[in-house]
Amino acid sequence: MIELEGLERDALIELVNIGVSRAAVGLRKMVGEQVTLSVPSLDLMTRAAATKLIRERENMDLVAVSQDFEGVFSGRALLIFPLDSGQSLVRVVASDVIGDGEIDLIEEETLAETGNIVLNQCIGSMANMLQQRLTLSLPQIIRGNGQSLFEQSATADDGVVLFLYINFAIDVRDVRGYIAMLMDLPSLAVLKRLVNDFITRIVGPEVSGAA
Amino acid sequence: MGTTIMIVDDSRLARIVLSKAIATLQPEWTQVEAGSTDDALAIVDRQSVDVAVFDYNMPGRDGLSLAGELRERFPVMPLAIVTANVQDEVIAGARAVNATFVSKPINEETLRGFLSGAALRLRSAGK
Repeated sequence: MIELEGLERDALIELVNIGVSRAAVGLRKMVGEQVTLSVPSLDLMTRAAATKLIRERENMDLVAVSQDFEGVFSGRALLIFPLDSGQSLVRVVASDVIGDGEIDLIEEETLAETGNIVLNQCIGSMANMLQQRLTLSLPQIIRGNGQSLFEQSATADDGVVLFLYINFAIDVRDVRGYIAMLMDLPSLAVLKRLVNDFITRIVGPEVSGAA
Repeated sequence: MGTTIMIVDDSRLARIVLSKAIATLQPEWTQVEAGSTDDALAIVDRQSVDVAVFDYNMPGRDGLSLAGELRERFPVMPLAIVTANVQDEVIAGARAVNATFVSKPINEETLRGFLSGAALRLRSAGK
């Protein structure tokens, strides 16, 4: 099994941290209120374990915007909300353009568009720092429990994935959720190489060689 | 007495990058490192620090909280908060305690302005 060594793990968390911080800046512009972020968590686990982790934290139904990314490595990025938080967010983002009674009509579109902006900023800045080009699929709305979120559309195996997640909250608007990323193992091998290249670029070969 | 700069980041990689950039820009300065706000406060309790550069998003107390505590104890210490999180509230929080805002990712260029400004302030203060 592929392991992430100390500095690789550190570099990957730092990449995610920068990507998510930029995404939070974008989200803040949309909602007009501060978006707070947790420190990213990163683990290698099975999809089932990732599902369990989210379900243990959230006992209500979830709504998520999901986008698959592809390039030298691939995986899925998700913006996940408890159902009521998703609705609060839609109300905040869309309140200027539409009346309260009509919110339901545009809930999915608004969530998809918000997710698209946040996830693109996050994946885009990570890809830039790794000097890679990644393409994102169109946003897809998934509803249900943790399980449906992490099921891969193409391959339904339960292999080990790299699971990254971060909590975010917009306290004054009662919105909270997660940004999560899943990557399969063949991708992880490539990612590991790219992360090492990234480390070498920013700190020089002598340090990354010793890591 | 020479100048001592404190680097605070939970990421070892980020500390290495900061440390290298500082070593290039201010080779004479002594560096001390901390991995959290609490560690950083413990360091200033036991030794003298002239300049501090720190991350915003850290486990436990964040960089703004560290900035506030340092500012209370050291009214003129040059402080820089390093983050990609350029939300208005974070920038305002840094300004409120007179800390400089440096955006991630870090390199020599992004740090140059803060470090030369800090060196100037320390010299004019007779350090």
